[in-house]
Amino acid sequence: MSSTATGSTDTLTPVLTSGWADERSWTLDAYARRGGYAALDKAFAMGPDAVIEAVKDSGLRGRGGAGFPTGMKWSFIPQDNPNPKYLVVNADESEPGTCKDIPLMMASPHTLVEGVILSSFAIRAHTAFIYIRGEVLHVIRRVQAAVAAAYAAGHLGRDIHGSGYDLDVVVHAGAGAYICGEETALLEGLEGRRGQPRLRPPFPAVAGLYASPTVINNVESISSVPSIIANGAEWFSSMGTEKSKGFGIFSLSGHVQRPGQYEAPLGITLRQLIDLAGGIREGHELKFWTPGGSSTPLLTAEHLDVPLDFEGVGAAGSMLGTRALQLFDETVCVVRAVLRWTEFYKHESCGKCTPCREGTWWLVQTLARLEKGQGSEADLDLLLDQCDNILGRSFCALGDGATSPISSSIKYFREEYLAHLTHGGCPFDPAASTAWSDRTVGATA
Amino acid sequence: MGTKLNHESLAELREIAARYPQPRSGLLPMLHLVQSVEGRITPEGIEACADVLGISAAEVSGVATFYTMYKRKPVGDYHVGVCTNTLCAVMGGDEIFARLKDHLDVGNDETTADGKVTLEHLECNAACDYAPVMMVNWEFVDNQTPESAVQLVDDLRAGNEVRSTRGPRICTWREAARVLAGFPDGRADEGPSAGPASLVGLGIATERGWSAPDADQTDQADGSTDHPVAEEAHQEAAATADAGTKEAEAAVVEKESPTTETAAEKGDAR
Repeated sequence: MSSTATGSTDTLTPVLTSGWADERSWTLDAYARRGGYAALDKAFAMGPDAVIEAVKDSGLRGRGGAGFPTGMKWSFIPQDNPNPKYLVVNADESEPGTCKDIPLMMASPHTLVEGVILSSFAIRAHTAFIYIRGEVLHVIRRVQAAVAAAYAAGHLGRDIHGSGYDLDVVVHAGAGAYICGEETALLEGLEGRRGQPRLRPPFPAVAGLYASPTVINNVESISSVPSIIANGAEWFSSMGTEKSKGFGIFSLSGHVQRPGQYEAPLGITLRQLIDLAGGIREGHELKFWTPGGSSTPLLTAEHLDVPLDFEGVGAAGSMLGTRALQLFDETVCVVRAVLRWTEFYKHESCGKCTPCREGTWWLVQTLARLEKGQGSEADLDLLLDQCDNILGRSFCALGDGATSPISSSIKYFREEYLAHLTHGGCPFDPAASTAWSDRTVGATA
Repeated sequence: MGTKLNHESLAELREIAARYPQPRSGLLPMLHLVQSVEGRITPEGIEACADVLGISAAEVSGVATFYTMYKRKPVGDYHVGVCTNTLCAVMGGDEIFARLKDHLDVGNDETTADGKVTLEHLECNAACDYAPVMMVNWEFVDNQTPESAVQLVDDLRAGNEVRSTRGPRICTWREAARVLAGFPDGRADEGPSAGPASLVGLGIATERGWSAPDADQTDQADGSTDHPVAEEAHQEAAATADAGTKEAEAAVVEKESPTTETAAEKGDAR
């Protein structure tokens, strides 16, 4: 039993993942056997405003990282605006460590499509877009096929289920740009431009795609809507914690016995998840981890009992983010790990604003020198000063995210940075961290 | 060098633009189509997109150079990517990338002399529970080792059939680009629903009888997610997840570790 969840909810609660092992789970037939698309008629009978109310009442908060209440976001769409309204699904899953939306769309694309219909109906949109990162070919095939099947079955197109409601869905493949996970950069990409974020306000709810009212939601958020409509807001909010309601997919990766997807009520702890996953890899111990991707500050073994909800992880000095739990054991050099993430942010910086464009290059230079043991202790202060010049001063969250691994690693592992200086380089053997290192050591010992 | 873009391709470019309320929204998939026809982004392809959309070639070029999937140099039949973002790098991606550079005798973003394989290191491809991850023409090749990676590229170069560990038989890079342009190849039904790691949590829940609460307890809606068919499927999931884990373990044990290789130097990796 989850100690922090309300009531007596089970430790794992497969909802989005429940059909993933079904025979040909990605097909309309398999989805229909589980009652798929039944929520549509219910929603059409309720009317758009009642659907928004239900999602508000459920307490669902955005599953793409920021945790903004989904129903509230929908209610910001000005219905007196004469422009068309649009729904855009952010399926650009690219935050390092995050790997939940991709298996969801591969195994159960109809859950997403049904969610798109319900959500579009709620905000009175007649065109919706699913923006999928281009680097996941088979996932794109499955979503394309699901949309085509939904049209053929009358779940999409004109007068859906005889309700008088029309909806078209376009599946759009991106072309490789982490920044397009940022919602306004995604809109730029969807308008056929370089993916650079827009100044807000105006917010997309008022002036989004084609300067029209637009809701942008993450795949998992939208995919949660069918179950909320089918089972009720109260059912959803009976799971999770006081301010972080419902379930979410927790993605364990790295040095754990059974990495994978674990769907649980928000508020489960990493200790519980690692227990379920059979522990950290044999003979090793947890050193550091990300709660929600590389843009969320690192945590350590001290934080195993932090409730993994928005408030709990926030109170521990990090963010729940996308529940991308990347686990690193004591063989991993934190400086190497952080340098690699920093190189990623440098590569993915869109170049629009100076603090991020220039700052990420400075961060890499300073870190690379330290990693080779060539800097001085003062470089740690320099790094923190550079972070201070980026955090809160860049155009979008990419710059902020770039500072998270650096400032948190210096906070928890300052000595390890200094060890690079005294050792004249990295004191760790990278071969000891690989997936095959222990097997060979064990076999030859 | 003449362009391969013909009347049919131009019609398809227009078809892509027509999917959207505003034609320019089609530019990203249009550029994917250019790559599928031309094998890269060519000046002719840029001009064609500009003509169809009624914008300048400079505007199209500005977009084409922003996104990393668009290539100015010809790409081989097989684009082979190795994730070297932190988690995969640590789990062995650096070692795999170094081994492949050595084995293929190419650097990052270079193509083998036979024109078969283009090697590139990748950022996170959203498959971290299958680390170290490789991608071939943007299909997942999960849980790789230096040895399996070498076997993979050797098979690709020899023309042997290669299947994604979580997807279909690998097509060519150009064929893949056509799907990205929004022209399905009819192969969505190949491959499994999910890989073993995707099913681990579901398998444990099934074993222990865990589930989300019954909808009836909180609402009047029908609890359609909890019926006998679902139960059976859950048990299958548990079995699949277990089998998958054992297979993966066996595969790892069989491999021997190349301890003489160090991880890719950062400068080298670039």
